[in-house]
Amino acid sequence: MDLNQLLAIKEKELASRRPYTLRCCTAAGCLSAGGDQVKKRLEQAVAELGLSDQVEVRGVGCLRLCCQGPLVHVDPVNELYQKVAPETARQLLERIRGGTVSLETADLHHPFFTKQLSIVLANSGVVDPERIESYIAADGYRALHDALLEMEPRDVIQAIATSGLRGRGGAGFPTGLKWSTVAKSPGTRKYVVCNADEGDPGAFMDRSVLESDPHSVLEGMAIAAYAVGADQGYIYVRAEYPLAIRRLRLAIEQARRLGILGSGIFGSPLNFNVELRIGAGAFVCGEETALMASIEGRRGTPRPRPPFPAESGLWGCPTLINNVETFANVPAIIRNGAEWFASIGTEKSKGTKVFALAGKVKNTGLIEVPMGTTLRTIVEEMGGGAPGGARIKAVQTGGPSGGCVPAELMDVEVDYESLTRLGSIMGSGGMIVMDETTDMVDVARFFMEFCKDESCGKCIPCRAGTVQMHGLLTRILEGKGTTRDLALLEELCDMVKHTSLCGLGQTAPNPVLSTLRFFRQEYERRLKPDRPVHPVALAAGR
Amino acid sequence: MIVTLAKPKQKRVQEVLSRAAGDKRYKILDAHMKKHQHRQDALIEILHKGQELFGYLDDDLLLFVAQRLRLPPSRVYGVATFYHFFQLKPKGKHTCVVCMGTACYVKGADKILVALEGALGVKAGQTTPDGQVSVLTARCIGACGIAPAVVYDGTVAPRQTPEDVLATLQPWLSHGSESTVGD
Amino acid sequence: MAAVTLTINGKPVSAPAGATVLEAAQDAGIRIPTLCHLEGVYDVGACRLCLLEVAGSNKLLPACTTKVAEGMEVWTDTERLRKYRRMTLELLFAERNHVCSVCVSNGNCELQTLAYEAGMDHVRYPYQHPQLEIDQTHPLFGMDHNRCILCTRCVRVCWHIEGAGTKNVAGRGAECRIITDLNQPWGESETCTNCGKCVMACPTGALYYKGVSNGEMRHDRHKLEFIVTAREEKQWIA
Repeated sequence: MDLNQLLAIKEKELASRRPYTLRCCTAAGCLSAGGDQVKKRLEQAVAELGLSDQVEVRGVGCLRLCCQGPLVHVDPVNELYQKVAPETARQLLERIRGGTVSLETADLHHPFFTKQLSIVLANSGVVDPERIESYIAADGYRALHDALLEMEPRDVIQAIATSGLRGRGGAGFPTGLKWSTVAKSPGTRKYVVCNADEGDPGAFMDRSVLESDPHSVLEGMAIAAYAVGADQGYIYVRAEYPLAIRRLRLAIEQARRLGILGSGIFGSPLNFNVELRIGAGAFVCGEETALMASIEGRRGTPRPRPPFPAESGLWGCPTLINNVETFANVPAIIRNGAEWFASIGTEKSKGTKVFALAGKVKNTGLIEVPMGTTLRTIVEEMGGGAPGGARIKAVQTGGPSGGCVPAELMDVEVDYESLTRLGSIMGSGGMIVMDETTDMVDVARFFMEFCKDESCGKCIPCRAGTVQMHGLLTRILEGKGTTRDLALLEELCDMVKHTSLCGLGQTAPNPVLSTLRFFRQEYERRLKPDRPVHPVALAAGR
Repeated sequence: MIVTLAKPKQKRVQEVLSRAAGDKRYKILDAHMKKHQHRQDALIEILHKGQELFGYLDDDLLLFVAQRLRLPPSRVYGVATFYHFFQLKPKGKHTCVVCMGTACYVKGADKILVALEGALGVKAGQTTPDGQVSVLTARCIGACGIAPAVVYDGTVAPRQTPEDVLATLQPWLSHGSESTVGD
Repeated sequence: MAAVTLTINGKPVSAPAGATVLEAAQDAGIRIPTLCHLEGVYDVGACRLCLLEVAGSNKLLPACTTKVAEGMEVWTDTERLRKYRRMTLELLFAERNHVCSVCVSNGNCELQTLAYEAGMDHVRYPYQHPQLEIDQTHPLFGMDHNRCILCTRCVRVCWHIEGAGTKNVAGRGAECRIITDLNQPWGESETCTNCGKCVMACPTGALYYKGVSNGEMRHDRHKLEFIVTAREEKQWIA
């Protein structure tokens, strides 16, 4: 494969385009609502009506507005049809023939769409995730080609560092710094690992990226491999995402067949292969040392750091671990330049962030906004507020490691530092809206139950501490707790946070701490007096 | 105290291998292990395949895998029980997985589960005594945009209510019925 | 090997480069409480009792896996650390059924000793009272899961000194159990060599020689160090 061949594939793909395109969402949300049937019926209808030279029916990735699926986007009239049923799908062809249709359209001028800025999701909903040609037609793998043939590895690292890209998995570690650490670590064998173990309940950004645009992740990984000097990559995906797994498998196979993965990529000295590893239902494997243990086929228990994976990772070799969204940003940065990327976002948080907007909000779905967008814009303007006009109470970010931002603080600009100041975290991008009917103590207990069940059991504070914190929260929730129980709970939160071995334990108390900070009255309201009053004393009025 | 350590122990693995010899599924599993060059780090991949072939992982299978990958049985058992995706007991004919992710939870997944447990008389993680339905919960299936979600025999259904769930389960409960969701 | 100087609790200490803070402290006669650490096998940093405050680090670091560095300033016994240690021990006591008065290791138990040292006079958290079994099927040894603290010393000696791989941890979180082979009775194990190293390693009364009574169990931990030194360095230090 060389540049001419790559361009030829692009030309051929573009030449085969037809005047009309029906882009059918085939990501998990729409599929569960019958999206695959819609696509099938449309294909049948196009064949029956002899419109094959006029209309292309293309299965694409996420079209964002998951709550209204199945979604079909019609080009070039630029209309997004929602709740398309297999029975009514045929009507869309009337639209193309100039007729009218009775199907619902989504308002593409709504802030939900207009406030979005797509970098990671640029191809999502546009390219066919099951065809590499479709990705190449959107300038896919051009960044890899240019990096390999026109840049030195250190230039690539410099570009990533200048762009200001930070880890999208939650902690926000500067990506360029991580890459240069791995590049500098001595070792003949190095690995690149993509963390696709998106375990936060309420998060589906990575799943959408993998289902909608798997090649962008592969391209990002290959560029990283070149930059740090690795020749083997692993993608660790959770077993709960069968569609993402299938599409990744397909993508790897297609890239290998075209020689974009394998030996001597684009005639350069880079050899790079990617293998999939399927998780098996353990949240803790999102922690990088646990993830590596799992790739090595062992129990996914974390180990103390240092040594960091960049120095000693998989099988003791220097290993670069980045999250799906981080890798998906890389091709765009190489293609458009580091300065372009650095011009988006806030001073310390550059670029965009993908969020999965869900919970008690009108428009649920996938959004990508520039860093620094306020939470209020996201929830009230884009999300359209709570359904039925209910009052929003809080927004939960960061999953079981994060916290709840109360409604009155929603003017906070979303970036790594601001959310941390509010006792929450950016996390991987799950955003759950809660309204007045949501009980914050119950939410805290929900997350503690999660952490208790997902604790690996290796270190004592997390293994036994989460059990005790869960017990105390249950007591308080049931109205059996006392002020002494609340004090014990707070003390345990502090202890587990500071003494646990890995991130899971260290952040497990966050949902409790944050709800205590902003909704303490909900806890205190439930407490009963410390010492039970003897009935006789009570009767005597004492 | 006199103890005898010399007492020969039954070689369980030999029995397992002879039982496995007549089972085609073990042959497929063996081929899969060969594809991974019997690498020990492929253990989780192999267990995935084993569960796909057998529906669950019984002791025979675990011992077989241990023998082929040349791992101590305790390692295979330790890994199989660490990951909740792996089942060491047979599942029911049908499965009903209630997603308990945050988005589903705040939208009433807990009520769905209560209704389900009430109707079937089993708790999450259990199978009805007639072996028809297993009730399971998932941490998050990532279908938050269509919460609350329930997965019936591998098919995700959006925006479920307790009534929806009970209606879907109805055909599974009548014995002899072969209907499945999505047919 | 080059030496580095650091201070532990304000006292200047010299240690070879590459040593852990725990080793440096032990050489300098400073005691740091440990539970999962065992001479002769690698460290896992799991019990969190040896946590340190290190100047310049906002995280508490385990002494057993943290390497010494030039000019490092370490505190092992601050009020905060003492509080956390006591809480860790309370959590352990509440987790399973540790009844010292009827235990074979009463008086020779590391957990008990640490609790005394920490001044743990009572446990503030509700006892979990799990229903756990006792495995008496092995002709020589017994295992009482009620007294197990999951330090994994037995697992590590079985894998890395004896090399049999008989024992392992199964399950996850609070459901973790030490198992034998495929979670079968110890006496039926096909891999166990009956070497008894796991029993020597156990810090509590979870693993014991059959036939010992209340308070009679003596774990012979230094023998493990003896074997490792003999094997690896060809030095037989009695």
